[in-house]
Amino acid sequence: MEMIELSIDNKVLRVKKGTTILKAARKVGIEIPTLCHMELHNMNIENKPGSCRVCVVEVDGRRNLAPACITEVTPGMVVNTHTVRVLNARKTIVELLISDHPYDCLVCAKSGNCDLQSIAHKFGIRRVHFKGEKSTYRKDTSPSIIRDVDKCIMCRRCEMMCNEVQTVGALSAVNRGFISVVAPAFEMNLEQSSCTYCGQCVSVCPTGALTEVDSTNKVLLALMDKSKTVIVQTAPSVRAALGEEFGLPAGTLVTGKMVAALRRIGFKYVFDTDFAADLTIMEEGTELLGRLKAHLAGESNAKLPILTSCCPGWVNFMEHNFPDLLHIPSTAKSPQQMFGAIAKTYFADLIGVKRQDLVVVSVMPCLAKKYECQRDEFKVDGNPDVDFSISTRELADLIKQSNIDFLNLPDEDFDTPLGESTGASVIFGNTGGVIEAACRTAYELYTGKKLDVIEFESLRGKEGIRSAKLDFDGLTLNIGIAHGLSNARKLLDDVRAGKSDYHAIEIMACVGGCIAGGGQPYHHGDSKILRQRRNAIYREDKNKTIRKSHENPYIIQLYKDFLGQPCGQKSHELLHTVYYDKSREEITIHHD
Amino acid sequence: METPVNKPKQLRIALRNCGMLDPENIAESIVRDAYQALGKVLKEYSPQECINILKQSGLRGRGGAGFPTGLKWEIASKSKSDQKYVVCNADEGDPGAFMDRSILEGDPHSVLEAMAICGYCIGADKGLIYIRAEYPLAIKRLKIAISQAMEWGLLGKNILGSGFNFEIKLCYGAGAFVCGEETALIHSMEGKRGEPTNKPPFPATSGFMKKPTNVNNVETFANIAPIILKGPEWFSSIGTKNSKGTKVFALAGKINHVGLIEVPMGTSLREIIYEIGGGIKENKKFKAVQTGGPSGGCLTEKHLDTPIDYENLIAAGSMMGSGGMIVMDENDCMVSVAKFYLDFIVGESCGKCTPCRVGNKRLYEILERITQGKGVMKDLDKLKNLSYIIKDTALCGLGQTSPNPVFSTLENFYDEYYEHVVEKKCRAGHCKNLFHYVINEELCVGCAACKRCCPVHAITGEKRKPHYIDSNICIRCNECIEKCSFDAISIQLEPKILV
Repeated sequence: MEMIELSIDNKVLRVKKGTTILKAARKVGIEIPTLCHMELHNMNIENKPGSCRVCVVEVDGRRNLAPACITEVTPGMVVNTHTVRVLNARKTIVELLISDHPYDCLVCAKSGNCDLQSIAHKFGIRRVHFKGEKSTYRKDTSPSIIRDVDKCIMCRRCEMMCNEVQTVGALSAVNRGFISVVAPAFEMNLEQSSCTYCGQCVSVCPTGALTEVDSTNKVLLALMDKSKTVIVQTAPSVRAALGEEFGLPAGTLVTGKMVAALRRIGFKYVFDTDFAADLTIMEEGTELLGRLKAHLAGESNAKLPILTSCCPGWVNFMEHNFPDLLHIPSTAKSPQQMFGAIAKTYFADLIGVKRQDLVVVSVMPCLAKKYECQRDEFKVDGNPDVDFSISTRELADLIKQSNIDFLNLPDEDFDTPLGESTGASVIFGNTGGVIEAACRTAYELYTGKKLDVIEFESLRGKEGIRSAKLDFDGLTLNIGIAHGLSNARKLLDDVRAGKSDYHAIEIMACVGGCIAGGGQPYHHGDSKILRQRRNAIYREDKNKTIRKSHENPYIIQLYKDFLGQPCGQKSHELLHTVYYDKSREEITIHHD
Repeated sequence: METPVNKPKQLRIALRNCGMLDPENIAESIVRDAYQALGKVLKEYSPQECINILKQSGLRGRGGAGFPTGLKWEIASKSKSDQKYVVCNADEGDPGAFMDRSILEGDPHSVLEAMAICGYCIGADKGLIYIRAEYPLAIKRLKIAISQAMEWGLLGKNILGSGFNFEIKLCYGAGAFVCGEETALIHSMEGKRGEPTNKPPFPATSGFMKKPTNVNNVETFANIAPIILKGPEWFSSIGTKNSKGTKVFALAGKINHVGLIEVPMGTSLREIIYEIGGGIKENKKFKAVQTGGPSGGCLTEKHLDTPIDYENLIAAGSMMGSGGMIVMDENDCMVSVAKFYLDFIVGESCGKCTPCRVGNKRLYEILERITQGKGVMKDLDKLKNLSYIIKDTALCGLGQTSPNPVFSTLENFYDEYYEHVVEKKCRAGHCKNLFHYVINEELCVGCAACKRCCPVHAITGEKRKPHYIDSNICIRCNECIEKCSFDAISIQLEPKILV
């Protein structure tokens, strides 16, 4: 590899050819400020449109200032990152951005997490020298995501996520000049676009232009209502990230403190979505084995591969883009919805509360879950199985509002019976986790033998598309895994073309899985945070005494007392769903 | 098309055939030597030899920036790839400019031939013309020209038996000014949003569909065939030291003969305006000439004798641009001129980078304040500083040159800015907030003609008594002055204290 010598702020260094000034400067401890630039290392996610111009530096011999994030080093280059010329330009750029930004930091959902706010603070901007017209747009509210693009600074991170990483294509830059903004085509509402509500746009938005729909007030109102019994379920990934909102290092597991906090907020029962994840494995694993056996027996209508269906972003993507393949995903509901269905039947009966008086709240790392719980098929007489879905961030807000000293809480356990879970359900949060959990159960059910090694290392990893061959006592099972919807699209295109030889495919909409979901604490482009969360999930699995879903005693009891058989009649009523073709939904254009 | 033909001082190379032949009949073009150069190149020259001829000729890009064409072709020819493209930039968007349109409508084969020569030189077999959809006649004639050239074996497979293949397709632009910037143009052709990206990579290494692409302007291509046929020495004998050949300009504004002209590089503005253009309309006083389109600048009296070439125009604070030339007289307000161009830029910026998207808007707003008489002296510093930062930080050529109208008017007409800000006066009588209509009480007979015609009822007065105009209501439509038979109404430039 060719090395290039240059100097940055009088420090001489040698870097590989092709390195940008920004990355070269980091090697000598110089942090050039950036705004639009965002990189998640090792995840193939990089946004560098070179559009904000905050990172400009002075290069000797160059006519104008150079954007450090996209300018590659050249031999003998002399770079200065904080001359008066640079500082003046940088400050002016930020002032210009602020001059076209609402001054509502105090009440902005992103306050404290806003990159524009922190850069203004860092640059010591105390006055904006430019005043003038501000661009204003219609506010757009969908079931999951709110677009308040008055706050858009055209960094294009969301667009990169939506188009390149997710290939959803709901967001792109529209209009010209001062009124250009990132929006769905024809400036329609998100709801009318092919948006999957994966929330990746929200998780990278540097300002308050994209935020989640806040349901914390609805939850508080329900908690205050004496006639209601309010219970809560928490998804696997929440416990691996919630601590970050309270200053704990990324990857700190706060399961016990989270349970204690939820109890103090006022939830009558604190349950675990992991329980429902175990239930999902029972249903999905049984479905897989059923389809597999039929396939091996040569039945022509046996549909393979089977696709996991836990991820609502992925289900939305499927319904929009692959309506011809709606027969192949598992019909099993997601753990969130399985939990709701069981809570409002089995558990409601158990505690003698009417369905209408039981409020189920879910805490999810995900924004698509907000949309999922509002789907009509998950309601009985208009009453949803899950009433409100809040994100990890919203839970942190609730805890803070409830005057709870989170860091000094004792560790507490989930309530029974819907709080008991296994290691298999915890790893649902990581890419490869659902299929690993399914294989732990399917292997033992299929072969009748005990697994020697519980960890299926071949299913783990961070590559966008992975495949593994598992030996099921002589039967070779081909497993495919994709995370990030662009990767999912590739696998699905193969299935559509009849070129896929997988038996089962796991898909998660977000790169990395739920640990990097759109509802998690903001990572601000630091991929180390995601790695720590991932490790924490596997650690939690290791710490569990029971690590296979079918060994969960409460699951066994649930089948015995209530459901009967996995994939039996009752299961079909409560735990399975159908998918809809959303590719041709009527589109109406708003004029206002 | 009104083209002053055969005026002295003009020399037509790019426009050599415009108006001389039926562009819908290839035979007429061939009679006037079309495709001779292509034949000569295919038969006699290697690609590198042909590139060398261009390099010797000194031809520079006519799109505005003036990059040496031969060198551009050489870089593209040296890029290794299984597929390369030749792109003709026909996205002419400067207000008042129609040089490319005229060539495409009048002599389409000159462009097609040159694109094929370029294809041969750089190793491309596909050509694309990015043309704005607002040019329907040019599109029609190009289509006819392409199909006739295909029929005659001058485009397509195995051209003139040489084994060289070249085909040309059209891509339509939707009228975004920024798509004249080559990276934006390429994105637009790919079906993406027409917005520029950082260079490098240059299109010559990674352009259309990530393949090496050579982008030239229409007028540049129109110069190729004559250079091949008459030799590089002939071409380089025309023009100045660093700018060879001729340049087409679109003369517009307060000048007697508007239209397209083609003059050798080095011709002075005085020759263009007073000899070719026939001087200023109504014998008024020349004030400035705006060259280079929205990204250019205003030149004044002191620049009239400067020989026009790439370097001199830049040194004078303007640029060659694609060749728009708008002449202004004493009735033009220079602050308003700068505002006009900024307005254009604010609407045509792609909106990608902050300085261009927000910075130009703020520049425009400051200029607007000044023209409304609300400017303060600090605004002039702000204008200068912000302009400097936009130039220093914007992503593409459009943004980097967008403050030029401000720079050049501030530099050359500072006193006009000063008058607007301090004296609240617009000497050109252009800024509506800065002048007033007043009725001379001694001349007014009270006929009420003005009162009756005033659309906003700003004029009051009793019959046969002097009338009065309320400046707060008046919209400066000039109707009353025209109606008054007694010359009693006049424009007053000095500020009036409004109540």
